Parts: sequence; structure tokens; C-alpha cells
Amino acid sequence: MTHNNQATVHAPVHRDDVGSKMGMWLFLFTELLLFGGMFLIYAVYRFQFPDQFKVAAMELNVTVGALNTVILLTSSLTVALAIGAIQKKNKFLSIIFLAVTIVFALAFMINKFFEWSAKIEHGIYPGSEYLLGKSNGEILFYGLYYVMTGLHGLHVIIGVVILSVILVMIMKGSINHENYIKLENSGLYWHLVDLIWIFLFPLFYLLQ
Amino acid sequence: MANGNSAAITAKSFYEEGTTKAATGIRSWIFSTDHKRIGILYLISIAAFFFVGLIVGILMRLELIAPGQTIVDAQTYNQLFTLHGVIMIFLFIIPGIPAVFGNFFLPIQLGAQDVAFPRLNLLSWWVYIIGATLALISIVLPGGPMDTGWTFYIPYAVRTGTNVSLAIFAAFILGFSSMLTGLNFVTTVHRMRAPGMGWFKMPLFIWSTYATAWIQIIATPVVAITILLVIIERYFGVGIFDPALGGDPILYQHLFWIYSHPAVYIMILPAMGVVSEIIPTFSRRTIFGYKAVAMSSLAIAFVGYLVWAHHMFTSGMSETAQWIFSLLTYLVALPSGVKVFNWVATMYKGSIDPKPPFLWVMAFIFLFSIGGLTGLVLGSLATDIHLHDTYFVVAHFHYTMFGGTGTIFFAALFYWFPKMFGRMYNIKLASLSAGLFFIAFNTLYFPKFIMGYIGMPRRYFDYLPEFASLQVVSTIGSWLMLITVVLIFGNLIYSAFKGKRASMNPWGGVTLEWHISTPPPLHNFHEIPTVKHEPYDFSQLKELEHDS
Repeated sequence: MTHNNQATVHAPVHRDDVGSKMGMWLFLFTELLLFGGMFLIYAVYRFQFPDQFKVAAMELNVTVGALNTVILLTSSLTVALAIGAIQKKNKFLSIIFLAVTIVFALAFMINKFFEWSAKIEHGIYPGSEYLLGKSNGEILFYGLYYVMTGLHGLHVIIGVVILSVILVMIMKGSINHENYIKLENSGLYWHLVDLIWIFLFPLFYLLQ
Repeated sequence: MANGNSAAITAKSFYEEGTTKAATGIRSWIFSTDHKRIGILYLISIAAFFFVGLIVGILMRLELIAPGQTIVDAQTYNQLFTLHGVIMIFLFIIPGIPAVFGNFFLPIQLGAQDVAFPRLNLLSWWVYIIGATLALISIVLPGGPMDTGWTFYIPYAVRTGTNVSLAIFAAFILGFSSMLTGLNFVTTVHRMRAPGMGWFKMPLFIWSTYATAWIQIIATPVVAITILLVIIERYFGVGIFDPALGGDPILYQHLFWIYSHPAVYIMILPAMGVVSEIIPTFSRRTIFGYKAVAMSSLAIAFVGYLVWAHHMFTSGMSETAQWIFSLLTYLVALPSGVKVFNWVATMYKGSIDPKPPFLWVMAFIFLFSIGGLTGLVLGSLATDIHLHDTYFVVAHFHYTMFGGTGTIFFAALFYWFPKMFGRMYNIKLASLSAGLFFIAFNTLYFPKFIMGYIGMPRRYFDYLPEFASLQVVSTIGSWLMLITVVLIFGNLIYSAFKGKRASMNPWGGVTLEWHISTPPPLHNFHEIPTVKHEPYDFSQLKELEHDS
């Protein structure tokens, strides 16, 4: 047998973009199931209290909800454009599109903030006297409303943090036209945040 | 097998190479992204928590040695059994085999240099430690340890004044660790197989870890959201599980078991994988029905996802639902049976070498069969109504979890210890501890079947005089168990430092980990091997012996 004393073959820097993306999809899958639990609960209670859910939904402001839907959908577009830009070696444009995405995300949260504050001012929040005076279906509707949009809002905030980090990495050049998998994965995450909202919006705002 | 790895015998092991963070010292461990070091980190932390859980169990048994209050009061007893359950389940059995042996051997058996996401791997250990720390903090904070049982059923989990929120938030964090490990392993298996390592050339340990990883990904998020909802209920009283506000506490049980039943397959599947490794090695025969064993792992993972409500036969459910869940529960016995019969068939006409790992596996087959068969008793509706929430259930899940996964955790330790630490333990003592374990185990848990059958409810701190003699037997068993565990770890810890140097292939195994030097070099393989043989083709042994 051969003796190989220079056996210290260095491990090549392992890079596997397909693998990274696969890991990201698996992660998104867990996110879907996390929200899936909430959607299941929503389905159960909507089935149990269909009329009271309709009454409760009347209180929500469709205009604000629709505006937020437009904002989030557009931000999904801009993050996709940011990826397209970096693929075409246009770093500047990529930064612009990503910055716009972050601005949209913040706008969504500001909208959400005013929406929640208005509700709370009207005395609609879990455990409030006003809400406890309502029917069970309405109590649950608002309970779910706060929990589900709250959990979604948390994901938007996490998304803002992630996209900001990615923005800095593009500026520094560590994400570039040859290695942009991190941007793509963050984009995937952002699309998920968008996708969840696409389901939340009709379930809470439109089914009146 | 590819040549070139034989040169590894003279190469440095991963212990000697150090890491990029530091050559030696604690920093070379806790910041290392090397899957082998992470596996050992997990081993140390998991073994430590196992010991804590064991001591709590011993205290519980001591309390039960006589009727009435013996050493602790009723409330403390509630907290003890909760603590015992939470530690053993979330900190020992669920991470157990995949985190320790999966981390260490999955990449090696695949012919890879590391897992797909090494940094994520390190993160998952840190997340595990953070979760464990939070759980420990919840014990000492004012309010006291949680007293809800490890299932934290609503409504008590919302009403009790003990530290439920922090303790279950710890479980939430631990869930993240589990999910990250799962997605790491799935990606690793898909992307990092060595050339020639087709899906049906993978060792069966990888198949079962792969199936487990999928359950970790699919099931864990459901319990994560459930835990968040319990915490939200405690702070805001949203009413999702509160009947006074229209909510449904049974819905909580469904959501909880949608995770927690698949979780028992997270516990047992990797153990079954280890069995499928050990039996061929010590029988010198290729596994009987390779594909059937591999596919049965996936079948268990799939069917196991659909049987959760058999934990709730007495909670209130339509008869149709009960009937369906009972039927599905019986279906799980099929792939499990496929495994057991194939293992036995593998041994038939084999050249059996009864070394300690094999003896542990024998103990496993016996204990796990009892656990499995009593599972059928609980899975059928009529008998379950009688036995629900009795010691029979306690005995059943200890036979499956501890007699199954726990036993195989030790078997895996004895099997892979020489490869991991480069030293051999005392074989006689290891064989003796396997025998002692078998006796201790049955003394400890078998009386619980009888007590449960004649009506002793679980989680009670007091009991009627007619249970007294069996309770004493069980408590004596707990002391025997303590002695056995001390013997096992005493033997292993001593040998890790002072044992005889182990050879490259002490058992004559043929999967890839036995082709590399002991302990493995930093990058596992000096050149990525090309796999030409079936995983349990013992004709390779001649080549291997020739090489060394």
C-alpha cells in the first residue's frame, strides 16, 4: 500500500447553491406548517361560528387591508427585480430595488401599527370589556386576528432585518453576480411572507 | 472500496488537528463546525441531562416506595414527574441518537466531509444549549418548576402559577434545534452522497435518520405554534382554548399530539437504524430485505403522522374518528414488524459474534417487542378505556422509549465508541452491564404493567396498600438501574482516556466509517471514496484487512 504523508488534502470551500436553496425550501416548509396550525384553528372556528365571524369582519377596514396587500405584493416584485439586477451585474440597481423593498416593508408595518392602534382605541383587544361583551365567535375572530396578523407582522420585521443585512452585503460586494444565493434565499423568505398575507387578507378582511 | 484511504492510518485524527478557531481548549470545541466535534458536544450535554433526568426518576421511585408521603409532598411530586418527562423527552430522547450519532456518522457513512450546512449545525447545538438553560432557569425562578406533566394540557397549563411560560418556551427553542438538524440532514443526504452511493446503497442508519429528519421538519412547527398559543393564552387570555370564550381545549390536545405522536417516531426510527447496522456487522451477513427495511422507515414516518388521536380516545371524539385512528394505529405495526422479522432473518445462519453492541440489541428486540405489543393493547378502543392513564401506559412507553431508544442509545455508544474516541472499553464489563440493564429494566418497569392492569393511575403520589409490594419491587429496580448506568458510563469515561488503542475496524464492519482511520481524520476522507459495493457486502472485509 502507498504511504501518503502529505495526506492533508485541504477540504475545498464547500459551495452548493442547489443545496442551499433546498435547505431554504425545507425551512419555508416549516414556516408554512407553523402558519398551517393557525389556519387549521381558523378553519375550525370559522366552521363553528360562521355568522359571528362575518359580523366581526365588518369592523375591519378593507381599504387599509387592500393597501397593505398592494404594498406587500409590490415589494415581492421589487425583491425579485433586485435578484434580476444582480444577475445582470447591475449592483447599483439591485441596491435600489432592495432598499425599496425594505421601505415597502416598513410602510406595511406602519399601516399595521395604525390599524391595530385604531382597534385598540375602540376597545377591541383580547380581554377588553367591550370585546368580552360580544359573542364567542367575535371574541375568537379578534383573538385570531391579533395572533395571526401579529405573527405575520413578526415575520415582516424579521424580513426587514434579513433584507437589511443582505443590503449591506451587496454594498460590500460579498454578494455579487457570481454568488447571490443568499439574496435569492432571502427573496424566497420574503415571498413566503407575502404569500401568507395573500391568505390572511381574504380570510379576515374580505369574507364578510 | 476506493483505495487511498488506507493511507489514513498514519494520518492525524480530528482531535489532533484542532479547528480553525483554536487548536485545543474549550474554544476548539464550542465554536467548531466539525460535525464530529459537534456530535461529541451533543453526547456530553445529552448524557449530562440524561443523568439529571435519571436522578429525578430515582427520587420519584423513592417517594413511591411506601404509601403516603415519604420524601416529598404531592406538589413537589407533580413537579418531579413533569421535570423527569420534560428532561428525558426534550433533552435526551428526541435529540439523542440523531444529534449524537447522526452528526458524527451520517456524513462519514455517506462518504462526505461534513454535513451540508456546518455552521447551521453548530448553531443547532447552541440553540439546544440555550433551550436547556432556559428550562433549567424555569426550575429555580420564583413560582417553581412547572407541574403540568410534560404534555402541558390546557386548561391547567394556563391556570397554574408555576413557571409554565418559560419552560414551554424552552421547548419551543429546542424545537428549533431539532428542525435545523432535520433540514440539515435531509439536504446532506440529497446533496452529499459520495460517487456511486445511490439511494439504495446507503446504509440503513442513514435511511432511518433521513426519515426522522423529515418528521422533524414536518411535525415540529405544529408544536411550535401550539406552544406559542399557550404562552399567548397565559398572558393575554385570547380564548382560543378557553370554552368560556368559545374556544376548545380538545383542539389543544389535537395540535399537541399532531407533533408529539410523530415525535415518538423521531425517537425510535434512528434507533431502528442503529439496529440495522449492528445486526449485519455481528452476524457477518448482509441485511435481509434491504429495501423493505429502508422503505419501512419511510412508511413508519408517514403512517406515524396520521395516528395522533389515539392518545385521546377518552377525551371526546366521534366514534368514527376513534375507529379510524385505532385502525391506523394498528397499521404502524406492519412496517415495525417488517423490521423485526428482517432483523431476525438476518441473524439466521449468520456467524454471530455476541459482543456488547449485539447483546444490547438483543435486549432491545425483547424489550421493544413487549413495548410494541402492549401498544396494540392501548391502540384498541375497548382495552384502552380500561387502561388509559394507568401505570400500564407508563410501562408501555418506558418499554418503547427507554427499552427501545434508550437501550439502542447505549448499543450505539458501545458500537461506535472505539471509532469516536479511538480507544476500546472493557468488553466484559460492557457485556455484564447489558445483562444487568436487562434485569434492572424489567424489575423497574414490568410491575407497572401489572399495577396498571389492576388499576393504579399514573402520576399519583399516593396509592392503596394493595399496590405496596409491587411498588417496592419497582423502586428496587430503579436502584439497579442507577448502578447499571454508573457502570456503563464509568466504563466508557475511564476508557475514553485510559482504554487500549482501538484498531481501525474492531468489529469487522463494512460501512464507510470502518474504512477510515480511528479516530477519523479531520476531513474524514483524504479523497472522496467511490462506492462500488452494497452497504453490507462483507466480501469487502478481505480488502479492508488487506489494506490495514
